[in-house]
Amino acid sequence: MNLAIIKYNAGNIQSVLTALERLGLTAEVTDNAEKIKSADKVIFPGVGEANSAMKSLQQSNLHTVIKDLTQPVLGICVGMQLLCNHSEENNTDCLGIVPVQVRKFTSHGLALQAPATTLQIVGEEQEARLKVPQVGWNTIYNLKTNLFKGIAPNSYIYNVHSFYAEDSQYTIASCNYGLEYAAAIKKDNFYGVQFHTEKSAEVGDKIIKNFLDL
Amino acid sequence: MLAKRIIPCLDIKNGRTVKGTNFINLRDAGDPVELAASYAAQGADELVFLDITATVEKRATLAELVKRVAHTINIPFTVGGGIKSVEDVSVLLQNGADKISINTAAFNNPSIITSIANAAGSQCVVLAIDTKKEEDGEWYVYLNGGRTKTDTKCFGWAKRAVDLGAGEILLTSMNHDGTKAGFALDITQLLSDNLPIPVIASGGGGTMQHFADVFINAHADAALAASVFHFKEIEIPQLKTYLAGKGLPIRIRGM
Repeated sequence: MNLAIIKYNAGNIQSVLTALERLGLTAEVTDNAEKIKSADKVIFPGVGEANSAMKSLQQSNLHTVIKDLTQPVLGICVGMQLLCNHSEENNTDCLGIVPVQVRKFTSHGLALQAPATTLQIVGEEQEARLKVPQVGWNTIYNLKTNLFKGIAPNSYIYNVHSFYAEDSQYTIASCNYGLEYAAAIKKDNFYGVQFHTEKSAEVGDKIIKNFLDL
Repeated sequence: MLAKRIIPCLDIKNGRTVKGTNFINLRDAGDPVELAASYAAQGADELVFLDITATVEKRATLAELVKRVAHTINIPFTVGGGIKSVEDVSVLLQNGADKISINTAAFNNPSIITSIANAAGSQCVVLAIDTKKEEDGEWYVYLNGGRTKTDTKCFGWAKRAVDLGAGEILLTSMNHDGTKAGFALDITQLLSDNLPIPVIASGGGGTMQHFADVFINAHADAALAASVFHFKEIEIPQLKTYLAGKGLPIRIRGM
């Protein structure tokens, strides 16, 4: 298995690599277009701010490299958000691979411009006011595709994020934080997860293994 | 729903755990990595390592420990103790820490909160506050491991830290720490209800009921404890089952 992790100016690349090493796997962290294109699988990590991450990709021309990939690609956190059309984070045009909008959680639990039908205040009255970012363990459900093979509905995964991908036909896992959003998305060979597989205990480890088995 | 987090805290000195533990199943209970792995396996949601080493080799020893922890456990962990600069932070993050906690250095130089947040994101900045309720009924900030009193009130400092870029507050009540008489519910609730970031309650957790109280009555996002876990006075799987039985959102392990 020839596994590449895309190297660019965004955080958590080391923690993704460490997680793979923990599972006894090796990967090459690279910004070399040929190495990325020839890899069997590609992981596209990311933590931080979407606009500067996108600029970093453009400066190294990786944005066109990523769009043309045909092998399975897994975007994690901001990596997933960058696969989408557009992010509200500093009004950023993303890669446009998955036609989905990335929006900001608002502290009232109501997302800006979200359709009224998706609005749902969290259960306990005391928690009607959301803390942003969402930090901690939440559950995923409506699990689709082999990325979630063997994962029970309502398994807990670890999140740290202020922005989320809207629910759409490309959603392959749902999560609820004030409203229902896409915890994972898929279009063609591109997969993305909002949560941190590398910090989600055995559930995260299983999802990474599933990705490598795709 | 977002789960309430249970966080064991490990005190570290020269790469070893300081306080005694009652983990008879461990080959080396003084090895923080083995203890961390054991906690992760029991269902701890996160870990905090507090380094109290005061030697010049501190940074290298701690970095090596952090690297070993990151290669062993698959849950998030925070490292604190004596962090004074953005460079201290980047060494820890590069070796695999998810968050760092700062206390006295942030109080003496608040701009470091913003510097760290700008360099690595607010999500990795945990502001630790040691606070004590005085006879006037107000909660004051203490520094240097609780040895130095300030005239600054806890809520004001916490609020300012949020504005500067702190991502979470680790709140320790000195009145309650070590008493096993329960967490400080009033100050925990004041911060948790009025700050837009998560609050981790620390100090005083002695029974499972105390954990339920701090989540249900004080609205803490997470609860931290050390010796009650180390000495198995409270076992994490039983604690989580108990809290889930109270209707709280709790992560139960498994797929």
